[in-house]
Amino acid sequence: MRFDVRVEVRLRPGIADPQGATIERALPALGFAGVDGVRVGKSIRFAIEAPDEASARNQATEMSLRLLANPVIEDSDVEITAVSAAGTAPVAGAVR
Amino acid sequence: MTTRIGVVVFPGTNCEHDVVRGLRIVAGTDGAAGAAGSAVEVELVWHGADSVDGFDALVLPGGFAHGDYLRPGALARFSPVMGAVTRFASDGGPVIGICNGFQVLTEAGLLPGALQKNSGLRFLCTTVPVEICTSRTPLTATVTPGTVLRLPVNHFEGNYICDAVTLERLRDEDRIVLRYAENPNGSIDDIAGICNVEGNVVGLMPHPERACDALTGATDGVGLLRGLLAAASSGRSARSALATA
Repeated sequence: MRFDVRVEVRLRPGIADPQGATIERALPALGFAGVDGVRVGKSIRFAIEAPDEASARNQATEMSLRLLANPVIEDSDVEITAVSAAGTAPVAGAVR
Repeated sequence: MTTRIGVVVFPGTNCEHDVVRGLRIVAGTDGAAGAAGSAVEVELVWHGADSVDGFDALVLPGGFAHGDYLRPGALARFSPVMGAVTRFASDGGPVIGICNGFQVLTEAGLLPGALQKNSGLRFLCTTVPVEICTSRTPLTATVTPGTVLRLPVNHFEGNYICDAVTLERLRDEDRIVLRYAENPNGSIDDIAGICNVEGNVVGLMPHPERACDALTGATDGVGLLRGLLAAASSGRSARSALATA
């Protein structure tokens, strides 16, 4: 089976995020008041062939731990979506 | 007896020749006299090598290994040579990571913590005062702690960070090797360089190799590279003594 995978990588809580801080400082100048907690991360998308959803998720999780994220400063979430023969269809939901 | 120093080159590394030249200047073998057969040989080691046998010290120089894609050092840690570098380090061999090399060593788990984007979100290319905090590493063995050197820095991700427990260990175990006298990038505790528990693996953001030639207006890095040469040389003598014992 074919699955669409999205891995979201973000800085762990408490790790300073200079990019997020810069965006947060810029927004009021554009008239957006009341914004706080801006954090900048990465979204990594790919497709994978796997026997089932659990296998796809396990592989994506291992990729996150070994390469996609640096566990010293980053957390990651894996989201798996099964792709039907006709195209993409949101069959499975997000998983932690 | 020739001392051999390996300078590891990944695709995208760009400071390897600075390191080679800096070491040769300090060894007194720069120029025509720097040919094979002199007391110190400095050689490039391609990242695809699976062995670093015969070297007495290794340097991971600055640059953009594998383009620094994803994160600096994230892909370099999987280069074939890193297995050999890790074994060399665990056998006590001196390993120095400069700038991008420091980032590679943290990603590879040879040093703790990580290097984040500079707090000012600017690429820094300047010279900063850096204080030597310990003389227990190969790099700093010949420099008195408290000495302030002016060294070039040249990075976007030099903002050292680690958790509170790690920071406490680094302090207690005398593993903070250099501190910025004026912190340019937001590094925790002004850290510019650290070492592993044994002290033989050192990572630092400043570039001592770019401060080794009076022609370029800076020679404060000479003492650091001299220390590395001395450690490499004594390591070779010790191994040679073992082999013949």
